[in-house]
Amino acid sequence: MEKALIESSRNIAIHIAILWVPNMRILKMQPKFLDKFLESLEKFGALYGPVHRNGVMKYDRIESVSELDLSGHQLPMIPVKKLFNPKQFTMLHFNEKGFYPDYSMIEKRVIIGVHPCEIHGVLRLDEIFLNDPADPYYAGLRDNSAIIGFSCWPTESSLCKSAGTDIVDEGFDLFFMNLNEFYLVWVGSSRGYDMIHEREEFFEQEVSHEDMRKYIEWRNKRNEVFKLEIDFGSMPDIMELSHNSEVWDYFAEKCLSCGQCTMVCPTCNCYNVSDVFDVTNETTGRRERTWDSCMFVDYSLVAGGHNFRESRADRLKLWYTHKLKTFGSEYGRPGCIGCGRCVDTCPVDINVVTVSQALISGEVPKE
Amino acid sequence: MNISKMHENPYNPEPARIVRHYDLIEDHRFFQIRHVDMNRAMSFTYNPGQFIMLSIPGVGEAPFSISSTPSRPGILELGVRKVGTLTESLFQKQDNDIIYIRGPYGNGYKIEQMEKKDLIITAGGLGVIPLRSILYYVLDNRDKFGRVFFLYGAGDSNQFLFRDEFFQLKARNDLDCMYTVDKADKTWTESEGVVTKLFKNLPEIDPQNTIGLVTGPPVMYKFVIDEFLKLKIPKNMIQLSLERRMKCGIGKCGHCALDHLYTCIDGPVFTYWDTQHFRELI
Repeated sequence: MEKALIESSRNIAIHIAILWVPNMRILKMQPKFLDKFLESLEKFGALYGPVHRNGVMKYDRIESVSELDLSGHQLPMIPVKKLFNPKQFTMLHFNEKGFYPDYSMIEKRVIIGVHPCEIHGVLRLDEIFLNDPADPYYAGLRDNSAIIGFSCWPTESSLCKSAGTDIVDEGFDLFFMNLNEFYLVWVGSSRGYDMIHEREEFFEQEVSHEDMRKYIEWRNKRNEVFKLEIDFGSMPDIMELSHNSEVWDYFAEKCLSCGQCTMVCPTCNCYNVSDVFDVTNETTGRRERTWDSCMFVDYSLVAGGHNFRESRADRLKLWYTHKLKTFGSEYGRPGCIGCGRCVDTCPVDINVVTVSQALISGEVPKE
Repeated sequence: MNISKMHENPYNPEPARIVRHYDLIEDHRFFQIRHVDMNRAMSFTYNPGQFIMLSIPGVGEAPFSISSTPSRPGILELGVRKVGTLTESLFQKQDNDIIYIRGPYGNGYKIEQMEKKDLIITAGGLGVIPLRSILYYVLDNRDKFGRVFFLYGAGDSNQFLFRDEFFQLKARNDLDCMYTVDKADKTWTESEGVVTKLFKNLPEIDPQNTIGLVTGPPVMYKFVIDEFLKLKIPKNMIQLSLERRMKCGIGKCGHCALDHLYTCIDGPVFTYWDTQHFRELI
């Protein structure tokens, strides 16, 4: 009897899934509901998103959804990676009895307004940080963060169309495609489904042919806006063939080793680890992790003074190998997700565009 | 929220006790260590050529090659040169003191490839520390391998590591030991000159049936590899163990990147053929 009951409830569940899932994949929402809906997400975690603070656009904790800039015309200066691999945090504490982990930075969060390229960036970082054995801090932050993606409009520096990261079909809980008159809302996870389920009255199940036509029009229009492009498909071979190119010497001469490119790059993951004693005594303290940069001269320096990558050209080559050739042996894809931040940030114009153009043409940029 | 239940923390080191230590040469010390948890100590195993991350709270953490062989379980052996703040602090530790370790990490020597083959194990200076692991592993499983040649070179007789131990090995008739120092003094009874000079003492070898192993200071690799290539040993049958800066040991921190690979998870043992694919190498 009991068995039969379980069986029949399972059948009902399967029926519900069949009935609901196809309709739930893409929904439509009127813009007037957006703020109310986003506010309702607070029960899933602390709200984060792109806001303007002290003249800089950054991902930050928000008090009210009215602070958010969801226009999609600008990228936060530091990518969303900082919410998964924080710039600085305590990994472990130690005392006379040994080490113990600190997970206090892990909280439930809802990150609103993440652009497609940024979501691709997080998926690349997953390949590093979630590869066995998983980094428990990154994994904890990932598990506990919902990602609410938002469509965007290309900037002068955007390369996402070239990189194939201008659209995204995984890595989000919900994705809002802003078509001005209305939003199309993709549901990407069961958590995303739960969010919608809470506020079903805001969403329309029917997406008409006319709506789809508007969406396609929007994409076609957006495709024409891009000003820059890179032939990413050819870059792995070009990188391989250019290993001894004098182009590297030209860029090495200019590079300031400031490391800004690594800080603003969504797929730079390098970090340093150091121990710090608590102020009051000499037995307790913490092991801290801080972002590092392969552009820094001591990056590959080992005890005893041997530096495996002393020359700036070698350090640039390593970075561009990861960005334009391949990132991690098993993943086989270049790390660049085409956000254009290095184009905007490098003070001496060394970026994926100038480097790839110089390698392809064999000519250095004109001053 | 209990994250540790969901994800093991691979960065959290385990306590280990220094069981014994003695000086190999000036500023080079040998340590025998054992996990404080006896079950862990007895079940802990590794591949020759792997490394551990060693921590001293408040000072830091760094990778160290394991110098012992898994065929002699229970004790981990390390050979350490005093060269930075962490090793200076380690040298102040006494027997019974606690340090912290995690690992083992890396791939280790490709033992399957070595089985039934003749082996030319070539060490320079400190490079003998990881090679000592595979050397003893081979000696403990002697019938699985062909002829074994152990070539070791140091700067001078005062820099020759494990001198007593390695000279005792000369008595074995299932192992051919050849030792050299760059500059000999009166106490030195073996060859003089760089380690590549020892290759002329090798008997005839069958290159298709021989594995070359080499570890040493960065400057040494090219010259030893040239000798292996002169013997016509295929590039994918030359195994190298590389050293790099590391902060994690598990492919996350980025420091040990070699082109698109990581020394910590894709190495530290690479074949010479592997290294042809990443241009920067040794």
